[in-house]
Amino acid sequence: MSRQANRGTESKKMSSELFTLTYGALVTQLCKDYENDEDVNKQLDKMGYNIGVRLIEDFLARSNVGRCHDFRETADVIAKVAFKMYLGITPSITNWSPAGDEFSLILENNPLVDFVELPDNHSSLIYSNLLCGVLRGALEMIRKLRYAANA
Amino acid sequence: MKSPPDGRFPPRLAAGGCAPLLAQSRGGFESLWVLQDENGRCITKLENMGFRVGQGLIERFTKDTARFKDELDIMKFICKDFWTTVFKKQIDNLRTNHQGIYVLQDNKFRLLTQMSAGKQYLEHASKYLAFTCGLIRGGLSNLGIKSIVTAEVSSMPACKFQVMIQKL
Repeated sequence: MSRQANRGTESKKMSSELFTLTYGALVTQLCKDYENDEDVNKQLDKMGYNIGVRLIEDFLARSNVGRCHDFRETADVIAKVAFKMYLGITPSITNWSPAGDEFSLILENNPLVDFVELPDNHSSLIYSNLLCGVLRGALEMIRKLRYAANA
Repeated sequence: MKSPPDGRFPPRLAAGGCAPLLAQSRGGFESLWVLQDENGRCITKLENMGFRVGQGLIERFTKDTARFKDELDIMKFICKDFWTTVFKKQIDNLRTNHQGIYVLQDNKFRLLTQMSAGKQYLEHASKYLAFTCGLIRGGLSNLGIKSIVTAEVSSMPACKFQVMIQKL
């Protein structure tokens, strides 16, 4: 098997295209199965949740990050370590609430939406809602672990 | 020999990069269809999704490659370059009867390696293969080959994909 100089980046690119295409096929199938966008959004969130509760273990095993001391640190780890590890992007953290318990992640180059155009009849579809579910599931697992440790 | 799959179990599939996210998303939507209990429909849907993805993928992947000499050349491409791109390894064994039937054997199929190697989940393995069958069928379809692709698992994590070329 010959090794070409650009093989590495080429296969990484293809791997992300496979991912993008698969996600697109998934959302398309969901839109076919459920007639309205709200149900699709809910299903994406549910699926993402199922992924998140397991992904967090993989993340903690591979990333070696210690315990986060506060929510700001958590936000940093999510944006700079987790997103980088799994999606190869680093979203920006903005929009902190005054109480410091809410923030926004802005994804400039979301790999999920490469080549994707939403038609007009799906205006209320949250295409990347799977990511919301993943975050929800992953963080819920950590919170549980925290409580267990404190108890 | 195809046993009807039923029941559910969460897969834990992890590897580098976005492969785990991809693989786990498959676990995600398997739990979605478990409620329907119509496993035949589930497999068909997964296969159809794989088909769409395979079509798109092969287009992107072959836009700069040279023309294929013949059917065997295409199958070798699937076994080597295509499989390496998707699963980071090649097909271990390709057999053909030179009359349109090809058997692709993968001794360590990446979607099955994280599952227990015994007989326990053998009957559920077909769910994890359905998408890949579609992937092959879709890829071949956009290379001008109409086919039927089935898969069988005799012992985890090895599996065989059987491709039957349909002469138009």
